[in-house]
Amino acid sequence: MTTVAAGELLATRDLGAYYGNRQAVADVTIGFRRKAVTALIGPSGCGKTTLLRCLNRIHEINFDARVEGSVLLDGHDIYGGDVDPMAIRRRVGMVFQRPNPFPTLSILDNAIACAPKGLNRREKMEAAERALRSAALWDEVKDKLKTSPLRLSGGQQQRLCIARAVAAEPEVLLMDEPTASLDPIATAVIEELMASLCREFTIVAVTHNMQQAARVSSVTAFMLADETGIGRLIEADDTGKLFTKPTDRRTEDYISGRFG
Amino acid sequence: MAQSASKHRNLARRRIVGWLGVSVALACAAIGAICLLIILGYVIVQGAGAVNRDFLTQLPHPVGVPGGGVGNGILGTFIILGIATAMAVPIGLLTAIYLSLFGRGPIPEGLRFLSDVLSGVPSIAIGLFAYAVLVAPLKHFSAFSASFAFMMLMLPLLVRTSEQAIRSVPQTVREGALALGMSNFRATVRIVLPTAMPAIITALLLAIARVIGETAPLLFTAFGSQFWEMNPNKPMAVLALQVFTYAITPYANWQQQAWGGALLLIGAVFVLSLGARLMLRRAMRGLEA
Repeated sequence: MTTVAAGELLATRDLGAYYGNRQAVADVTIGFRRKAVTALIGPSGCGKTTLLRCLNRIHEINFDARVEGSVLLDGHDIYGGDVDPMAIRRRVGMVFQRPNPFPTLSILDNAIACAPKGLNRREKMEAAERALRSAALWDEVKDKLKTSPLRLSGGQQQRLCIARAVAAEPEVLLMDEPTASLDPIATAVIEELMASLCREFTIVAVTHNMQQAARVSSVTAFMLADETGIGRLIEADDTGKLFTKPTDRRTEDYISGRFG
Repeated sequence: MAQSASKHRNLARRRIVGWLGVSVALACAAIGAICLLIILGYVIVQGAGAVNRDFLTQLPHPVGVPGGGVGNGILGTFIILGIATAMAVPIGLLTAIYLSLFGRGPIPEGLRFLSDVLSGVPSIAIGLFAYAVLVAPLKHFSAFSASFAFMMLMLPLLVRTSEQAIRSVPQTVREGALALGMSNFRATVRIVLPTAMPAIITALLLAIARVIGETAPLLFTAFGSQFWEMNPNKPMAVLALQVFTYAITPYANWQQQAWGGALLLIGAVFVLSLGARLMLRRAMRGLEA
């Protein structure tokens, strides 16, 4: 056990991430508040996606990827020697930048593909409905549950991916620019969804879009690559404060649109 | 003015060169297509007369007795290809899964290299190998030894193409499964393989098309038979072998039957290739998403 600030479900300590010999992220120490949305913002290449991918150990599926430091989930280091990465990924789910429903499974099977094992038929149906409802998709797909997800619109596919992540019953939801490939209307739906999901889940969302960070998050973290290209955390604060009274000059430059 | 005139001439010259290039390329393509059409046409003209119901369903008749067919060879082709496929698919698919999942390092690289070498080994050498390990020690020819030889011919094709098919499934699909706690094995079997399946079936159909007309390895494995042989442990009639044996006889009746057999084989390859193309189109649709 390592001490973590009260109210933080997930936290990193001196986290560094590498691809082979290239360091992508260094010295990130940050806490993510329980049942709140934390937004990670910063220009392209600042390491925010890499940081996110370290939080459920999906970073390490790249064959030469490496992590140093620690990530604490409920006080326990998920990079500890006896920790099963699959168990961590069930507790810390992920939604990606582009909707990636499983192409050969039906909408129904997509929703429950990663649900806990050992459910019978009825429980599966219930789990699917619950997940699709909490992703605000149920009413749109309830009459075509057996059809291919590829017929859905991009926004619907992304909500299906959210349902799929929710059905796994995680504690944390990581979202990597979940609206980057969607139109403004679909984006608004997803943003509303994030607001309702954070009553149940701790959400960490990467976004390119500062307005989005301001709208959906209660805490915002700003990252920036240093002159050697290594991503660092510049500051993290309540969203209202970070966007009005940032303490770091570079944050101010970024949010006022002076670069990036 | 002078400059613009030279520019103009330059353009005209480039047009001519371009037109010439396209014409030469088209002519080359036409030569290939025409050769194929001549072969097809000639086989149809020579063989169509031989193909009738008796030809497809009856045993060969002795020399001098008109009629008869290659029914036992067709049956034998199905049996031998069936056994070869049943052996090649699990081995090939598991190897492809291994290569696509753990594709780096000396062992996978070595496997790929060996697979490429195997695909270049002449089919007659593979037939000799099957003879050495399955015919000579048992002291009799058998359909199974032919299946074994066919399996070795199909394997490299299956392995390399299936590996490509599995790799072409977008990494995001696989990540989507892994990132929610699915195991590597389950993600492969339940998500990645079904997505790659149309392309894998394409590979299988092409592998079958590749060996269906192979004759050399059959000479000292399946050997041929005059009967309705269905026991894979016995010598068996095979269509491609019948084409060969009939074609080198001096009897007009048998020669015509050889043409008929060749027509059947070409037809089978045509159907298999067509099926492969259709499957591939489905595969592309699945991967677009």
